[in-house]
Amino acid sequence: MTRVLEVHDLEKNFGGVVAAHNINVTVDIGETIGIIGANGAGKTTFVNMVTGYLKPSGGRIEFMGKSVVGLPPRDVTKLGLCRSFQVPQVFLSESVFDNMLVAYGIAERSGLGLFAPLHTDERAARVDAQLKRYQIDDYREVAASALPQGVRKLLDIAMATVRSPKLVMLDEPTSGISVEEKFGLMDIIMQALREEERRLCSLNTIWKLWNALWIASGHSTRARSFATRRPPRP
Amino acid sequence: MNRLFDKTFWGLTIGLVGLLVLNFFLEEWMRTIGLQSLSRGCVAIGLLILWRTGLVSFGHALFFGFGAYTVAMMQIIGVNDLFVLLFCGTATAGLLAFVLGFLLRQYRAIFFALLNMAFSMILYGVLAKAEWLGSTDGFGIDQVSFFGMNPADDMYRPILFVCAVLFAYISAVGAHWYLKSTLGMMTMAVRENEIRVEYLGYSAEKAIHIKYVLSGLLAGIGGVIMAVTVGHVDPDSMVYWPVSGDFVFITILSGTGNVGATFIGALVYELLRTYAFEYAPEIWQLILGGSLLLIIMFLPDGLWSIRSELRNRRELREARRDSDNRAAEVKR
Amino acid sequence: MDGLVYSSYLFLVAVGLTVIFGVQKVLNVTHGAFYAFGAYLTAYLIGLWAAAGLPDAGGFLLIFVSAAFLGVVLGVIIERGLLKFLYDRDEHIVVLATFAAFLVLEDVILLIWGTDPYLAFQPMALLGNSEIAGLIFDNYALTMIALTFVVAYILWYGLNRTQFGKILLAVIFDREVSMAMGINVTKVFLITFMIGTFLGALGGAYHAPIISVQPGIGVEVIVLAFAVVVIGGMGSIPGALIGAIIVGVSRAAAVHLFPEVELFVIYAIMALVLILRPEGLFAPIKARKI
Repeated sequence: MTRVLEVHDLEKNFGGVVAAHNINVTVDIGETIGIIGANGAGKTTFVNMVTGYLKPSGGRIEFMGKSVVGLPPRDVTKLGLCRSFQVPQVFLSESVFDNMLVAYGIAERSGLGLFAPLHTDERAARVDAQLKRYQIDDYREVAASALPQGVRKLLDIAMATVRSPKLVMLDEPTSGISVEEKFGLMDIIMQALREEERRLCSLNTIWKLWNALWIASGHSTRARSFATRRPPRP
Repeated sequence: MNRLFDKTFWGLTIGLVGLLVLNFFLEEWMRTIGLQSLSRGCVAIGLLILWRTGLVSFGHALFFGFGAYTVAMMQIIGVNDLFVLLFCGTATAGLLAFVLGFLLRQYRAIFFALLNMAFSMILYGVLAKAEWLGSTDGFGIDQVSFFGMNPADDMYRPILFVCAVLFAYISAVGAHWYLKSTLGMMTMAVRENEIRVEYLGYSAEKAIHIKYVLSGLLAGIGGVIMAVTVGHVDPDSMVYWPVSGDFVFITILSGTGNVGATFIGALVYELLRTYAFEYAPEIWQLILGGSLLLIIMFLPDGLWSIRSELRNRRELREARRDSDNRAAEVKR
Repeated sequence: MDGLVYSSYLFLVAVGLTVIFGVQKVLNVTHGAFYAFGAYLTAYLIGLWAAAGLPDAGGFLLIFVSAAFLGVVLGVIIERGLLKFLYDRDEHIVVLATFAAFLVLEDVILLIWGTDPYLAFQPMALLGNSEIAGLIFDNYALTMIALTFVVAYILWYGLNRTQFGKILLAVIFDREVSMAMGINVTKVFLITFMIGTFLGALGGAYHAPIISVQPGIGVEVIVLAFAVVVIGGMGSIPGALIGAIIVGVSRAAAVHLFPEVELFVIYAIMALVLILRPEGLFAPIKARKI
């Protein structure tokens, strides 16, 4: 049985700075992994490398049995590995609805199909369903720049899962959210993802948090912790 | 209302019909103004697409001039049919944009603008100095034929006008529908957040490349129309950097909200230029420059924003009136 | 040698452009008009001066006086009257505004001085010429080259050794932090712009005796100055020098060897630099922010 994700000995150096070293992570089908660790332990670097935003200095990354090292983010996304961002990456000037619409438009068509009109009734229905799943349908017409942080995060994650990915990586989904709302937010996210899982039959989640073991224990099947350590002496 | 056949589409169509009807009543000088406006409007539509993507080109006279000079070159080898000329002029400009696009899609902001300008000045340098390309005198453009037919002298301009209006209409509607497609929305997406576009699965650079080619095609169409209208091509009036500046002027003047508005902006520009030149030849540049400054300072979203401004004010007035009425009723 | 003469006035114009860009991040198209104004005013004044029978040497004084006058007057008008309102707008808009101002000023020149060319050859005639390596050169042109290096040195000194220079570097590096430190950025912008305007006008003023001062010189020079600034590095003074030399020499070479490619060569280099090293050959005055 192929592992969903297999990361061996992943390493990243920026000049003289070792940002990540000896990272080994495996994800099997159905798992939900929480990655925790202190600042500077290399968690975001890890996500950036796996999704293709950064090129690793060494190591292997295999997604569904296929090496994805060196692929740009758009290709990794198309293979079924999506991520959300610590700082939500959305189209600030557009409404929540339009943000999702563009996401679906890009996901559903390719090549010449992209010249077809964006806003169709069927697509709009799908958008609305997704907004409902993440409980942000009330904000449908609100511009992304005016959204409260929690809603913006949900939008970001909702946009990430548009392609029915096999693996979703959530980067600090609750950062910037007040303590009272953190758990509620995670509940919404995990519920939405589980709903998609039921439709898709296979969805894994990795998310990285900062020192939030209690959230990890609430939702994940396993936890991995990244530690900072001094680089080995030459 | 079907989303493709929306208000803008009908507005453009009504404009088309209106112009075709008006054609019978126009005096020759009006027709010339119209033709020149249509020509520049096409180029400006291409710039609108780029502007929405967050990019400004200070060198689109490159494609404009390329289209115009293609007409000249083809006439030299004996081709005279308007539709063939249009096809070739547009195609060559588009091809140039395709080739240059591989390079230009990697640049943003002021570098994109300047690199475009550099290329347009390269073309200018080549044209201005090469004898076999006409040097600074350029070439005269002969009358064209329409599907092989040569109309009577007094019918030539009206028929030309009809063709130009049709070309412009097709360009405008095409651009408008393009902007409603997924790729069209990606103008906004690339401008707002390239990272997000990449993570949604599409290459931002590829999107920019496609838009660049479209803008090149449109500028080529404009160049062909202008060449045939004016009857002359030369580097100073078609490729020199202020020509590019004027195209951007029109884009700002019209605002980027609506494809149709671009033609209105081009017309305003044309009228401004013509009348300033006629009545105040010493200061026409001053008038042009002054108008641009006024637009920049007071109407940053172009003429089209006047429409939404008026609508906002009307809505505000109505809202105030409603609340006043309500207050009056409560008192009763 | 021709090339160096060409380079020297280009440098004067370009360095003003590059300083303004470095400090205020504005690509000042109006600079072309400053050059033209400098040329016209100087040519006009020299003409009057000569007609009044005053000594030709006074022409040199007039050059610097005109440039200084324009630096102050035009600098204040444009910076306070226009740019002040546009610093927070999109950079393309600012360039277009300076383009518009350029158009306006070009016509102002026409209104004041008409369309006939002005020739103010007196300072040049005064200096005569000398023979170097078998070729005859106008001494005036040589002084222009010398002026270039003098100006370059003064600028370098001013930037690195004086208080104001340090302040300027701070503002270039980070406008907001400078403000937070109490630097009067508004005043710095104004002064910088005036200096830049002065240099642009000086380029025109000093060049006036060599050329025929007529409409259109501003249009030509600004796009060349852009090429110089891009090649040398936007915001770098040594870059402006090197860029000017490159442009000047290549143009001279082209004129002698392949006249057809004269303009092409300059812009081809500009494009090449933009492609290979968009920041220009020299890093700008600011330090790179990651």
